Amino acid sequence: MKKYNNLTATLALAKASFRSIMRSPSAVVFTLAFPLIFILVFGFLGGGGTHIDVGVTPGSDVNNPVMGMLEKTGMIRLIKDKSKAEFDKLLEKGNVDAMIDVHRKVNSAAYSVNVVYTSASRDKGGILKSVLNNIFYDKTLKPTVAEIKESTITGREYKTIDFILPGQLGFSLLSTGVFGTAFVFLSLRQTLVIKRFFATPVKRSSIVIGEGIARIGFALIGALFIILIGHFFFGFTLVNGALTVVNMLILATLGVIVFMGFGFIISGIAKSESMVPPISNIITLPQFLLSGTFFSIEAFPSWLQPISRALPLTYLNDAMRKVAFEGLGLWDVKFQIMILLIWGIGIYAVAVKVFKWE
Amino acid sequence: METKKAIISVKDLVKKYDDFVAVQGLSFEVYEHEIFGLLGPNGAGKTTTLEIIETLRAKTSGEIIVDGFSVDKQPQDIKQIIGVQLQAAGYYPNLNLIELIELFAGLYGANIKPMEMLEKVNLQDKAKAKYKALSGGQKQRFSIATTLINQPKIIFLDEPTTGLDPQARRNLWDLITEIRDAGTTVVITTHYMDEAEQLCDRVAFVERGQIIALDTPDNLIDKLVNSGFERKKEVKKANLEDVFINLTGQEWRE
Repeated sequence: MKKYNNLTATLALAKASFRSIMRSPSAVVFTLAFPLIFILVFGFLGGGGTHIDVGVTPGSDVNNPVMGMLEKTGMIRLIKDKSKAEFDKLLEKGNVDAMIDVHRKVNSAAYSVNVVYTSASRDKGGILKSVLNNIFYDKTLKPTVAEIKESTITGREYKTIDFILPGQLGFSLLSTGVFGTAFVFLSLRQTLVIKRFFATPVKRSSIVIGEGIARIGFALIGALFIILIGHFFFGFTLVNGALTVVNMLILATLGVIVFMGFGFIISGIAKSESMVPPISNIITLPQFLLSGTFFSIEAFPSWLQPISRALPLTYLNDAMRKVAFEGLGLWDVKFQIMILLIWGIGIYAVAVKVFKWE
Repeated sequence: METKKAIISVKDLVKKYDDFVAVQGLSFEVYEHEIFGLLGPNGAGKTTTLEIIETLRAKTSGEIIVDGFSVDKQPQDIKQIIGVQLQAAGYYPNLNLIELIELFAGLYGANIKPMEMLEKVNLQDKAKAKYKALSGGQKQRFSIATTLINQPKIIFLDEPTTGLDPQARRNLWDLITEIRDAGTTVVITTHYMDEAEQLCDRVAFVERGQIIALDTPDNLIDKLVNSGFERKKEVKKANLEDVFINLTGQEWRE
C-alpha cells in the first residue's frame, strides 16, 4: 500500500480553506474593508495630527532653545500677543491647552520653565508634559529643570496614520482570527464536514494546521494590503522600508495565531452559529476599544489603564507601532512579544480543553 | 454461498451509551463483491453499527475485521480502503464540485482526475456548481463520487435514497449496481423494502441493536410464504410506483 502523506493532506486542506475564505464576504469585509474604511476616514480627517495650543505668558523669554524645540515638534502651536486676562479665559475653556513661561535663571545658563496646565484639557496637557520631558531629555539642552520621565512621544513627525494604521491592522488580525476561526470550525462540525474528513486517513493535526495556514496566509495578504495602501496613499511611516514590513508581518503572524486560539475556544463553547457573534464580540469589542486601536491608552482614566494593559491586542498594537514608527527590531519589542506568547499559551491551554471535534 | 470470502466480519459487537444500549451483540459477515443491506426501523442501531465499522465511533466491545485489518489496531489502514457516505453530511463551504473532489483526493492521497470522478456519477455538467446548489439526487451522487476517490474495496452508504423521487432513486440503484459490478463491496442502509429487494444481494434485519434475520431477500420472502403468510389483498401485477414511473417516465430530470 502506498505510504500516506500527511503533508499532501494538510496542503489540500489549506488550499480548500483559502479558496473558501476568499469567497466568504464576511472574511473579506472584516479583514480588509473595515480597517480600510477607518484608515480612510482617519487618514483624511487627521491630516496634520494632534495640535496642542500653548499660550506664551506675556513677558516670557521667547528666544530660547525650549521654544524653538517646541515649535519644531510640529505638534505645538505657540500663541503669543494676548493679554494675561485673555489667556486666563481661553485656558478656563480649554481653548488653550496650557501656558508656558520661560525665564533665564539668574547667574546661570539654564532656563526655568513654568508650565500651567488646565483641567479643561487634561489629555492634551498630558501630551505636552511628555513633549517637554522629551525635550529636556535632549542632550543639547544640558541643564535640566524638570524631572525626567519615560516618554511615549518621539521627535519624528507623528502623523495620525502612524497611530491609526497599526491599530486597525491589529483589529483586522483580531477579527480574522476570532470570527473566522470560530465560524469555520463550528460550521464544519455542525454540517458533519469534519466527520466526513475523519472517514479519510487525514490526521486531526492536519485539519487544524491546514486551516491555520490558510487563515494566516489570508491575514498576511490583508495586512500587506493595508500597510501598502497606508504607506503609498497616506504616508504611513515605514522607518526601515521593506525590513519594517517584514517585521510587521512576523508580528502579524504571531498575533493571528494567538487570536485564532480565541476562535477555537468560541467554536467549542458556541452551541449554534447565532451564538458566535455575541461571544466573539465579548472578546473583540473590549480590545477594539481599550487596546489603543483609536486612542492612545495613555488618554484613558488611570483606573481603566490596567485593564487595557492586560489585553493582548494592546501589546500587538504597541509592538506594531514601535516597529513601524520607531524602527525598532523584533528583539526590541521582546517584552510585547513575550506577553503575546503568554496569552497564546493560556488561550491554547483553554482551547485544548473546550474544543470539540463532534 | 459458503464458499464466498468475507471482507467484513463483525463479532458480538456491543455499543453502550450512558444509559442506553444501542447495539447488543451484533454478529454478521459481509462477502466480497456483494451489496449488503442493513434494514430496520429508526434507532435500531444501523447507523451506529456502520460508524463503528467505519472507525468513526468507538465500540464498547466485540471484534471487527475489515479486509484483514482490525478496527482497534489498524483504523488508518481501514480508512484507506473504504469509502464512506454519511447520512446528511455537508461539504466544505464555498467550493465547487471539482475543488471538493481535489480536496478529498488530497485527504486520501489519491492521484485522480476530478473530472473523471464526476463523469462516473454523471455530474460533469455540474463541475463548477456548489454542492448546496445541487438537487437531492445530485447531492447523493456527488457523495457517492467522494466515496470512490481512493478506489476503495468497500463503500458504505447510509440511507442514500431517503428523500429522493422515484426516478432519482432508480437512477441511484443503477449507479450502485454498477459500482458493485466493478468489483466494489457495498454496504447500504435503507428504509425502503422495495429498494432492498431489488438492490441487495443479502440483507440483515436489525431491531433493538440485534440482528433478527439475515439472508437473501428471496430466501427471506420464501420463508415467510412457507410459514403460511398471505397478504390481505390479492397482489396486483403492478403497484402505484409502477404507475408513477409509467406516467412520468423513466427518465431522470434534475
